[in-house]
Amino acid sequence: MSAKTANKIATSVIVAVSGLIVLVLAGLLGYILVRGLGHLSFDFLTSAPETIRRGGGIGPQLFNSVFLLFLTMIITIPLGLGAGIYMSEYAPANKVTNGIRLIVEVLSSVPSIIVGLFGLLVLVNLFGFGFSLFAGALALTVFNLPLMVRITEQGLRSVPREQKEASLALGLSKWKTITSVMLPISMPVILTGTILAAGRVFGEAAALLFTAGMSSPRLDFTDWNPFSPFSPLNPFRPAETLAVHIWKINSEGLAPDAKEIAAGASAVLVITVLAFNFSARWLGRYLYRKFTAIK
Amino acid sequence: MAQPLERQQAKPHLAEEWVGKVYTLLCIAFLILTIFSLVYFVASKGLSTFFVNGVNVIDLLTGLKWAPEGEPRLFGALPFIFGSFSTSLLAAAIAAPLGFCASVFMVEIAPKFGRQYLQPVIELLAGIPSVVYGFVGLSVIVPFFRDVFPGQGVGIAAGSVVLSIMILPTITTIATDALAALPKGLKEGSYALGATRWQTIYRIVLPTTLPALMTGIVLGIARAFGEALAVQMVIGNAPHIPRSLFESASTLTSAITLSMGNTAMGTVANNALWSLALILMLMTFVFVFIVRWLERRSKI
Amino acid sequence: MTAIGMSTKNLSVYYSDKQAVKDVSLDFQAKQVTALIGPSGCGKSTFLRSLNRMNDLIPDCKITGEIWIRDRNINSPDTDVVSLRQRIGMVWQRPNPFHKSIYENIAFGPRYHGTKNKKQLDEIVEQSLRKAALWEETKDRLHNSALALSGGQQQRLCIARSIAVKPDIILMDEPASALDPVSTSKIEELIAELKRDFCIVIVTHNMHQAARVSDKTAFFLTGEVVEYDLTPNIFTNPQKQETNDYITGRFG
Repeated sequence: MSAKTANKIATSVIVAVSGLIVLVLAGLLGYILVRGLGHLSFDFLTSAPETIRRGGGIGPQLFNSVFLLFLTMIITIPLGLGAGIYMSEYAPANKVTNGIRLIVEVLSSVPSIIVGLFGLLVLVNLFGFGFSLFAGALALTVFNLPLMVRITEQGLRSVPREQKEASLALGLSKWKTITSVMLPISMPVILTGTILAAGRVFGEAAALLFTAGMSSPRLDFTDWNPFSPFSPLNPFRPAETLAVHIWKINSEGLAPDAKEIAAGASAVLVITVLAFNFSARWLGRYLYRKFTAIK
Repeated sequence: MAQPLERQQAKPHLAEEWVGKVYTLLCIAFLILTIFSLVYFVASKGLSTFFVNGVNVIDLLTGLKWAPEGEPRLFGALPFIFGSFSTSLLAAAIAAPLGFCASVFMVEIAPKFGRQYLQPVIELLAGIPSVVYGFVGLSVIVPFFRDVFPGQGVGIAAGSVVLSIMILPTITTIATDALAALPKGLKEGSYALGATRWQTIYRIVLPTTLPALMTGIVLGIARAFGEALAVQMVIGNAPHIPRSLFESASTLTSAITLSMGNTAMGTVANNALWSLALILMLMTFVFVFIVRWLERRSKI
Repeated sequence: MTAIGMSTKNLSVYYSDKQAVKDVSLDFQAKQVTALIGPSGCGKSTFLRSLNRMNDLIPDCKITGEIWIRDRNINSPDTDVVSLRQRIGMVWQRPNPFHKSIYENIAFGPRYHGTKNKKQLDEIVEQSLRKAALWEETKDRLHNSALALSGGQQQRLCIARSIAVKPDIILMDEPASALDPVSTSKIEELIAELKRDFCIVIVTHNMHQAARVSDKTAFFLTGEVVEYDLTPNIFTNPQKQETNDYITGRFG
């Protein structure tokens, strides 16, 4: 076989495979949207699930997913920013810092099921939070933290050195330089990364099985008192999220329309994650243009 | 207005610097505390099976039957270990060539088109939650295998296929970065000698980027190894070593997912599951170690 | 107001084991411009950056010797570096305005150092921009982004920013080398104006610029000061052979 023929064959294979990958994604999304979109309705999105009868919805689960995301992010963002600032601006170049980097790398590789088990042991049992939004939020924080640290570090390192030096040369403190000069410049990178991280958190389930739990109590959406056991805002109640619900229906779904509900819930999940992805990319491009098109 | 250089005017910013240092240090301390307590707690629970309940380590690692609540109690975890390894390795075997093709397409063959269309596709595949993969696997792949191949449709084959698509983005992204980082001069030298693109790729590009590609593959294997829900939904969950790719099997993660909720904390059955989690965690360390070793080698 | 000068005594700078600046003792008079010239890599920028302790930011960088401002050695561990830097301004080769408005760029420093009153800040902004010969061009668009200005304007903005915090000394590291000739001459005019109020130390690889702009010149070669004299003397009657070789273009 001549080299030219080999080249042609190889190229066709590569192009075909690439096309195959696009088809796989299209098939995946197509399947979920075709099977699931039809099942979506306002009723479906707001009513509670049925255990054995047809016609259940995903209302509480959807709320739980959103609320849990919110709780997780308000904990992870300050923690991740702080740790990222430390790694980028304060950490000396020595063995201890290398050790910390190894720790962050290990933490980011730990499977989420183990994070969930850890949460079960420490948060649910040891600290006694029980299956709750709070335990779930802390477990997701552990899951999300290494990514936030990396995003923050990346953002800060992308700040040109002269910006930092200009601020310090005016007699500003290091901390003020970080907050008033460096963080604003790295905001596009950090913001984009955070939105993508939020997408990951929204779809996560394994870490929540044994922390936020696999059930959701009857919620009274008119009760906004966070201390009441039936209020949706109570962070110490069990809170099955959308992703966990999909898993549960698929393994122990007794309702006759279990498959449809799973498809509909998957559609909602996928659409939300897609929305996160698109807005992150769009935001990144918009902010980048805003910053550089000024020239 | 000339001002002295003394400390007295320095007070406002000293407090500020102190705030910054303490805040960031506390955040890092939280991170460090988390990983150490995670390892400690999982390890202590997992080891209690051996030290408190008296189960033999070798029996756990090599035994073929898993029946912690049966008569007699058996703690053979080999089926799970086998299942985890075979699904991960098979998934990587499928995803690696696919990912390599995708990255070559994006870097060498059609860079603009590739970046514009294939790249977002890869990113979207990465963003789809694992339960959705499991659901589609259960609804599409398992019935398909059941119709086409002998067996129930569940098993290692279904698990591997689902996992391969899940780890494809990981491998592709790392391969793309590695290919893009290659100095242009390397390829141009080959073309100048009259080599075709494919010759350049497999004679020059592939060997040079091999360490980075290996890193991507190992990271993909690690990701597949730790995946719980998607695998559990399509693997069948029978605690045996299967005799074919289409027979029900189990992995470490699927066993934990399935049984953790059904056993009571403190019982030997529950502790045995924690031992499985311990094995999983130790494998994570092994993977991180391998990746670091590969990265060090590629720096030469 | 007593004008501040600056001097160094046996100043040496080491990057790990390499010595970039060797035993430099120079003095810079107030209300004068001193130029540091020399070929690339001769240590003049490194020396300049040590004067406001900017080299502290580089890990593995060690500075020995004394740096005197008034009657204080600021190269000592108990110097409050942050306050010190308020006394010494810096302008870089490539203009680096903050990604903020023109107004904010200038008000940023004074506001941090305690001036909160809006009227006072407005005054400081106007004064600084006037001194930097930028007021007329920007007075109607103070709240536009600084990045919308041209390169030469941005550099003048950076100069305005540095003088807004009322330093005594201004350090300039090749301030015009990234600019077109028209902007360059504007900057040089500016320096001639500014020296009436400030002690200026300028690093430049452009000998003609040094000759035009400075009162005294120091010639650096591989980390050492080979010759330091009044500018006319350096360029018309250098004492050392190396100085002569450099200014006649034999190397550099």
